[in-house]
Amino acid sequence: MTSTVPTRRVDPAELQPSVRPDGLGRFGPFGGQYVPETLMPALAELEAAAAEAWADPAFTARLDHLLRHYVGRPTPLYEAERLTAHYRRPEGGPRLWLKREDLNHTGAHKINNALGQALLALRMGKQRIIAETGAGQHGVATATVCARFGLECVIYMGAEDMRRQALNVFRMRLLGATVQPVTAGTATLKDATSEAIRDWVTNVETTHYILGSVAGPHPYPMLVRDFHAVIGQEARAQCLEAFGRLPDVLIACVGGGSNAMGLFHPFVEDAEVRLIGVEAAGEGVATGRHAATITEGRVGVLHGAMSLLLQDDEGQVQEAHSISAGLDYPGVGPEHSYLKGIGRAEYAAVTDAQALEALQRVSELEGIIPALETAHAFAWLESLCPTLAPGTEVVLNLSGRGDKDVNTVAEKLGDGLAG
Amino acid sequence: MSVAATAGPATTPTPIQQRFAALRAEGRCALMPFLMAGDPDLSITAASLLALQAAGADLIELGIPYSDPLADGPVIQAAASRALASGTTPGRVLAMLASLRGQLTLPVVLFTYSNPLLNRGMDSFCREAAAAGAAGLVVPDLPLEEAQKLSAIAAGHGLDLVLLVAPNTPAERMARIHTASRGFTYLVSVTGVTGVRTSLETRVGPLVQQLRQLGPTPVAVGFGIATGEQALQVRRWGGDGAIVGSALVRRMAQAHQSGADVAADAGAFAAELRAALDQPL
Repeated sequence: MTSTVPTRRVDPAELQPSVRPDGLGRFGPFGGQYVPETLMPALAELEAAAAEAWADPAFTARLDHLLRHYVGRPTPLYEAERLTAHYRRPEGGPRLWLKREDLNHTGAHKINNALGQALLALRMGKQRIIAETGAGQHGVATATVCARFGLECVIYMGAEDMRRQALNVFRMRLLGATVQPVTAGTATLKDATSEAIRDWVTNVETTHYILGSVAGPHPYPMLVRDFHAVIGQEARAQCLEAFGRLPDVLIACVGGGSNAMGLFHPFVEDAEVRLIGVEAAGEGVATGRHAATITEGRVGVLHGAMSLLLQDDEGQVQEAHSISAGLDYPGVGPEHSYLKGIGRAEYAAVTDAQALEALQRVSELEGIIPALETAHAFAWLESLCPTLAPGTEVVLNLSGRGDKDVNTVAEKLGDGLAG
Repeated sequence: MSVAATAGPATTPTPIQQRFAALRAEGRCALMPFLMAGDPDLSITAASLLALQAAGADLIELGIPYSDPLADGPVIQAAASRALASGTTPGRVLAMLASLRGQLTLPVVLFTYSNPLLNRGMDSFCREAAAAGAAGLVVPDLPLEEAQKLSAIAAGHGLDLVLLVAPNTPAERMARIHTASRGFTYLVSVTGVTGVRTSLETRVGPLVQQLRQLGPTPVAVGFGIATGEQALQVRRWGGDGAIVGSALVRRMAQAHQSGADVAADAGAFAAELRAALDQPL
């Protein structure tokens, strides 16, 4: 487990939203567009469509309406009293707030982006949608909005993830989507993403690719972040209402990093707000079987973007390992690499075992079963909270609910819950 | 080979430019086989390179295997996996190539994805590739916007960085790519990944003509060309070269599986393609 201390003073100009990313889709050295030429016109079309849409009051009104009435936003900012009590010391302790993205329709934050991109696809006249999925949450969210708008939907999912997340596979099929198993490579999210990109290269003229994280070629890291920024915008207003000021600490799990970026984005320029991303250390960073990309990765290119990457000495992409299918990814969104590089955000990593323990703790203390992904953020509280002054206001992004993980957790815990 | 950056391609023709100029003068179309280095192992790759040369190939595209080949279909993905499993690394590929100096005289264009290249460092990679005798680079996930820096570095080492255009590339962009591409422009014949196709899209012909009108850089067509008939179609359309990848890779894999002489079989296939490509129009 590691935590990073900011290493240099941040130039405020670097944090201006208008320069993140720059005109070439770069966050400092990270990001860019490393894709086959066939996709370049589609990326330009998407960037232009997004810019037009955000400037169109009819688009934003429709998005707002659907977020409210279909997704169920705003999600509550919930004071976790028993979890707060758990970390209270004799002199006091931090106060913990949960941003309840698990209460969204489909059970996770993923639908914020899926909905926004589906509306963009409709604007662009694309009737066929493809997506990749790891844990299945993005696949379910995409299948859901495709059903809602009558769009054809193909979801690429690693065969290994289909086994781990059988319930979500069934949900996607129930929603009318085709779930395409990917057996190449490690049969997980990385390979599903590659296969989705190959489909897009082949069907680019009729198809929109709803990429599910703040990863991939420009404009995706920006586009996905902007659709998830509603999380942070709501949290900001809710903090002001609940305790009259900005929070001191924001904490979220990071695989590709979409829920974290959505929460962080409206606070990036507020230098006094600590931003903490928690990665999956799998069986332990020292074992090599982990998904702690920011903690252990080197600069490289995967799925169209330059970012930190788990790779071997020859530049071959390495397998990631995590109990959580949604964090089992050897790359990370370029803006996270940037925020780490300029010292604006800190990143930590917790193991499978710590995440499982946290999942049980939150279930028992708050009556909320979080997703295994989210459990990683909860697990870091064990290290973080003892270091925080009394009265520190902490907002944790409860990015998804754990129903989908019950089988995995039961397998791991075995008889551990008996009695 | 070390050419100063100032000695640009206009004054000192590169091996690739010389080869295409000679072919144009003879009214011929280049036969450009692609094979994956290290599939099934580098000694077979070395023998196959010489066999392809003997059978009449004009340039060779040599794939450096990568774990996540986004632009490749199942045949070349599988070849890359086999090559990685046999322990193939960029360094070993270049060492093999260097070992053929004096025997392999046709220009070799290395086909590599961005990450293995950036991992080695652009300058180091280009220097080592040039030292091993390579003539150019194709990087399928490095579009124009990302390619300019690499192109300058490559040229400094005497390597041509070949850029790709796709059927859906807008005309204005196509002109910029064609102007920036060195050695030849790689026209991708389909919106899709590499792989054998039963027929070529008819829109490829007009695209070849469009590129030829945009500038003198030779145009080679690839992705989906599997037969002599399809290669000949490229020549009829006015293409300077026909790239045959998946069909050759698949045939070599089958030869290896059946215990046949892989290099001899690769040579036999290239000879068939050569004969088809050279028949009177």
